[in-house]
Amino acid sequence: MDDFGEERVMDRKVMIEFENYTFKYFSQAEPTLHEINLQIYEGEKVLIVGPSGSGKSTLGHCLNGLIPSSYKGETTGTLRIEGKDVSDQSIFERSGQVGTVLQDADGQFVGLSVGEDIAFSLENDGTDQVKMKELVDQVSALVDMDQHLKSSPFELSGGQKQRVSFAGIMVNDVPIMLFDEPLANLDPATGKTAIDLIDQIHQQFHKTMVIIEHRLEDVLYRHVDRIIVIEEGRIVAEGTPDALLAGAVLSRCGIREPLYVTAIKYAGVAPDESLRLGSIETLNIDQVKAPLLAWEKAQRKSPEKAEKEEILRISNLEFSYTKKRQILKGIDISIKAGEMVSIVGRNGAGKSTLAKVICGFVKEDAGDVFYKGQSLKGQTIKERSQIIGYVMQNPNQMICKPMIYDEIALGLRLRDVPEEEIEPRVEKVMKICGLTPFRKWPVSALSYGQKKRVTIASILVLNPHVLILDEPTAGQDYKHYTEIMEFLKELNDQGVTIILITHDMHLMLEYTPHAIVLSEGEKLGDASAAQILSNPEVAAAANLKVTSLYDLAQKIGLPEPSKFVQQFIDSEKEVR
Amino acid sequence: MKSKLFDYVEKDNIIYNLSGFTKLICFVCYTFAVMFSYDIRCIIGVAVLSVIFFRMSEIKFSQVRTMIIYVFVFLLLNFVLTFLFSPTYGTEIYGTEHVIFPILGRYVVTQEQLLYQLTKLLKYAATVPMGMLFLLTTNPSEFAASINRIGISYKGAFALSLTLRYFPDLIRDYGDISLAQQSRGLDLSKKEKLGTRIKNIMNICIPLIFSTLDRIELISNAMDLRGFGKKKKRTWYAAKPLKAGDWVAIVLAVIVFAITVMISVFINKSRFWNPFI
Repeated sequence: MDDFGEERVMDRKVMIEFENYTFKYFSQAEPTLHEINLQIYEGEKVLIVGPSGSGKSTLGHCLNGLIPSSYKGETTGTLRIEGKDVSDQSIFERSGQVGTVLQDADGQFVGLSVGEDIAFSLENDGTDQVKMKELVDQVSALVDMDQHLKSSPFELSGGQKQRVSFAGIMVNDVPIMLFDEPLANLDPATGKTAIDLIDQIHQQFHKTMVIIEHRLEDVLYRHVDRIIVIEEGRIVAEGTPDALLAGAVLSRCGIREPLYVTAIKYAGVAPDESLRLGSIETLNIDQVKAPLLAWEKAQRKSPEKAEKEEILRISNLEFSYTKKRQILKGIDISIKAGEMVSIVGRNGAGKSTLAKVICGFVKEDAGDVFYKGQSLKGQTIKERSQIIGYVMQNPNQMICKPMIYDEIALGLRLRDVPEEEIEPRVEKVMKICGLTPFRKWPVSALSYGQKKRVTIASILVLNPHVLILDEPTAGQDYKHYTEIMEFLKELNDQGVTIILITHDMHLMLEYTPHAIVLSEGEKLGDASAAQILSNPEVAAAANLKVTSLYDLAQKIGLPEPSKFVQQFIDSEKEVR
Repeated sequence: MKSKLFDYVEKDNIIYNLSGFTKLICFVCYTFAVMFSYDIRCIIGVAVLSVIFFRMSEIKFSQVRTMIIYVFVFLLLNFVLTFLFSPTYGTEIYGTEHVIFPILGRYVVTQEQLLYQLTKLLKYAATVPMGMLFLLTTNPSEFAASINRIGISYKGAFALSLTLRYFPDLIRDYGDISLAQQSRGLDLSKKEKLGTRIKNIMNICIPLIFSTLDRIELISNAMDLRGFGKKKKRTWYAAKPLKAGDWVAIVLAVIVFAITVMISVFINKSRFWNPFI
């Protein structure tokens, strides 16, 4: 194990202590956690990172008591919380010590209104109603939800739901708070507020905080005492952010470093703890300025691409579900053949609705969609699906056949294509999607990323020219994200035009040269991703953040930060 | 798309301000009273009460129009079918026969049959508004608390609350899945044969079931983590404490129930009121 960071003050109380802790699920042959030794101190704020399947969520389950209450398995070694061995503690006792905020704030919202949801654990405790109302009022004010106590979950944004779930565990006054991938379902700007809130709670109440997350850069937006890196069920490194980011262990484990760190490494600066890489605020800019400027000069200008023929044109599109609120207001978009485009914007900006109109799921009030100059007006969903394929966010919502082959063939069979024609087409698509080795497999045996491929394949087999994907990489770690995106890029290289609806800024920057920003049903921006993410106003309106590369470029005094961002992306591509 | 199962709009009047528990008790009392007694005088009394309560609640007709149409159709159908299947049941019960006019064979309209069928019709007509009152004037958040208070286990009661919470999600998921499958060529329109259409709907239900199962695991974990089921009893944030008005309403309902029972026992000496002897 690599150990980084300065000597810790050892007189603090140990809140959580894993000692030679090993855990194996009954359903699995190998242990998921091996010989974990870990101490977390009172009032400490710890970030646990690791790729999917590394065991970081399992570690979280061990902490909050879902293991062994909901997930059974074999445990050796000890886990002590506040000095007490907890091996035969019930999940209810544990919930008085460890409060958990789960990844999916919507599923976790069990009450019919904000007030009820916050009060849920108090109700289960049998707290007197008068006292309960008092506590709910107090805690809801802390998370700034006191004006919404009567709102139903359907009226809240994702960020607000998450605030409610924070409040729901704070009413119990638990000493330890556990956040399981708190950023997974949030857009970048809302994620930033969530990290702020976690930090505020930490400073105000000095609770022990454990954050499990793989979006490192976003968490490091606020101070973290220690990062613990887990890989294949073992702790492979721990230390301060400054120390860990100076090392190579993060990228070796498939955790994405903050982009500004990568840029500094590209510039040939030898990473060192004294650079204070942990946050762009603390970064020792004088040490990196000269090499970065030199690197910037050395980059060539990226070549202009030849203009291609237009494949999809949306002109003056208007749409509303009800008379009261117009969802799309006069949208004009032009997409060229073979492009990879991202459509970004906050929730409710009209992104999904735009996709629905394009696919013909709902009918526009005014305006038109043209495919290669021909209006699609009056074409049914089925007819449009020959041209435009739509892939939903959650593959589990699309897959309806138990076998992969049948799932992919479904669209063709529904179109009464003869079976002898289906076979070569399915085979071809399976090959493109890297699914041929799984030809005879049941869908249930596949991982999330593989299922995603199956759903993409099941649409591709219909030979659409344009593919629209809703949040293709949501909740995926860097490795799977790269897998899915590289696959889409290959498809794109083969000529399929790809439109992505996304919140993910990295995805925008790295894969989509062209980005369209929607806000309140209007098109707010239509430019290169680097330009959009270097424009503070546009980024704010779309609930995005400006990229840290932009901040870095400003800090070293470059006149055109967006050019620097573009150069970074171009050299990233070369490295890959 | 409908975002909630019930469109609850809060109002400030006597009926809305009653606790859900009270309204449930009253609903049960009046329903039992009406179901027990075949005395049309009592039933008319309760029906009049229910109309008065309905007025007091200030529920708009437009809120209940569809429900009323369904009830009306049901009552009409029930009335006709009762006569078709047992046209002489009235005479059997009351023991006399006052023919108004004969139709055909055993189908003879008698005063007894008419009274019996009117009584039965009024039974439904009197209880339905009470049920609507409970559903429409009670905050859905209070349902679970109310039925827990009348003695149903809180786990069962909370299941109702969860249904209200997640049913709209299920509807939304169904809509999304259905659109995505349609774009793959699934035809749900009437152009397709019924058998194929049912098969196609199955193709939507399977992913719906799987994504719902995932959700159930998540919800039950979330509930465990916050101590659901820890104790034998639980309190309710949304429960309304009982006030003077609640007690008045409960006492009134119990009195009405007692009176109808007593009229049957002591005056009619049977569940039926027989004006024909």
